[in-house]
Amino acid sequence: MSLRNVHKTAVFTLAMLIATVASQAAMPAIGSAAPDFTLKSGTGKNLKLSEHRGEVVMINFWATWCGPCRQEMPLLNRIHEKYRKAGFTLLGVNIDDNSANALAMAKKLGVTFPILFDAEKRISRLYDVDGMPSTVLIDRDGKVRYIHRGYRAGYEDLYEMQIRELLKQ
Amino acid sequence: MRYGVCAVCALAGLLAWPTVQAAVLPEDRTDLMYHQYSGGNVTVTGPALLVRKSAGDTVSVSGRYYMDSVSSASPDVVSGGSPYRDKREEFGLGVDVLHGSSLITAFLSSSRENDYLADTYGLNVAHELFDGLTTINLGYSQGRDVVQRVDTSFEAGVSRYNIRLGLSQVLSKSLLLGLSYEGISEDGFLRNPYRSARILGAFSEEIYPGTRDSQAVSIRLIKGYASDGRPVGSSLRGEYRYFRDNWGIRSDTLGLAYQQHFGPRWLAEFRYRYYQQSAALFYSDNFLTEMTYMARDKELSTFHSHTIGMKWSWAIPKQNILFFERASLNFAHDYVFFSYDDYTNVFTGQLYSFGANVLQLFISAWY
Amino acid sequence: MTRTCLITTLLCAAVLLGGCTGVKSYEREMLADPLMSFSRDPVSDMYIDHVYDVREGARGATTTQGGGCGCN
Repeated sequence: MSLRNVHKTAVFTLAMLIATVASQAAMPAIGSAAPDFTLKSGTGKNLKLSEHRGEVVMINFWATWCGPCRQEMPLLNRIHEKYRKAGFTLLGVNIDDNSANALAMAKKLGVTFPILFDAEKRISRLYDVDGMPSTVLIDRDGKVRYIHRGYRAGYEDLYEMQIRELLKQ
Repeated sequence: MRYGVCAVCALAGLLAWPTVQAAVLPEDRTDLMYHQYSGGNVTVTGPALLVRKSAGDTVSVSGRYYMDSVSSASPDVVSGGSPYRDKREEFGLGVDVLHGSSLITAFLSSSRENDYLADTYGLNVAHELFDGLTTINLGYSQGRDVVQRVDTSFEAGVSRYNIRLGLSQVLSKSLLLGLSYEGISEDGFLRNPYRSARILGAFSEEIYPGTRDSQAVSIRLIKGYASDGRPVGSSLRGEYRYFRDNWGIRSDTLGLAYQQHFGPRWLAEFRYRYYQQSAALFYSDNFLTEMTYMARDKELSTFHSHTIGMKWSWAIPKQNILFFERASLNFAHDYVFFSYDDYTNVFTGQLYSFGANVLQLFISAWY
Repeated sequence: MTRTCLITTLLCAAVLLGGCTGVKSYEREMLADPLMSFSRDPVSDMYIDHVYDVREGARGATTTQGGGCGCN
């Protein structure tokens, strides 16, 4: 195979790479209305997103098999405790196939914010979650304002800043 | 080397590509093992220790110690292969750094025997693409060895260069593909100074080429099966490797393994491996005349081997594992049968074959 | 020449597959399991690879990284 052919193949591959990356679906657009949903929670009750209109809502998609998710949750719990009286709600949407595992893990991590079960991945598909964990911040009018993918040390400070900003509005 | 340059350019380009998913550091763990190889009148035993700990979010450090204690009366030894070697120690150190979607690993390892010193150092970059569904790997390492003899003041050197390319691809929710290429280039004193060749029945010094270039490509497939209560109750894996070098050796390796959970604590693995190789061009059990290069190392002969093995892992109950998150006790036994087509046993004059038992007993702990 | 073709084709095919697989991040539960890992017990895999490396002519392209030794 000549060097010219290798170059042609490389260019073709690069073009396909660009095409596939460009064609990937995306999470809800910033400023759009957050898709409404109803899910069963850890307390047994059903929880509906639109019931929290008027509050600042943070949806955190997590799984027991996701390392960064487990790292992040105690920090999210602290944020939840700090701001819930000011009108902030954190919903932890778990996507494990086995919801019992999720409840056990949440208990182990000392989490007190509501855990919702999305074992069928309906809501994950609705929001087209493309990274684990994924965090969506929704304002008091039910509009998506910030989306975060993955977790790195320091993200929790950014979350706090954005939550305070949305609470003021 | 042309594709080496291409690979480096490709990787540099990929590293600059924005991605959503971040890679993860290897798990923190410690493994302590006792190993034993027993076969062909050779027994090799010793401990092995691996300790890995992360420092913060983005750095992981690992240390490794390994020892081989050899006692041997194999036909290979009698005809001159390494009668003096009795203990080998190996130390390894590695650092992994997470940078966005790339995991950069730097490592060095040092092997010490009373007549052989080997130092290896290398770098490996693993980069995730497409939301973590594809991982590309590029690795380069170099080694410097010093070959000596216990009975004389002989000393020679070996230089080694390895390049590794790898790709891991998620094909479906439960199917994983791995492709790997490794090119190795060595130059220097590449034979065992104690071993002899045979010319018309009489022992004479082996003569090897001063260089050896080899390439290996392998493909691996892992299929997972769900079961009640577990996302993966069992898995099946297959692998094939093709190897060739400029000494004329061609080999095929085929492996199959099945792993299954039994109850909440037991995990069993059952495996089979087949290996076959064709001899090096300058290999002969008994040369009829003197040649430019002559080798009588059974590793370079025409042979095949079958291995059947199993590994049992028992998850240690929570109350017994102190501060560790998880711990398991493991036992593995592999039986390997070697059958040589053109290497004879000097004691019997027959074509050589033997079986070996490879045992491992180890404890693993995660934290 | 054919080896270069084969490697390039395999790499391109795999890269293209990456964009088309369609496994979502929330469907990766199985893939995170140790049973789906290429090397579940690194120390054990390193040891058994070493046992084979020492007694066979072939080396390389395994799931572990080897160092040198005078194990001829």
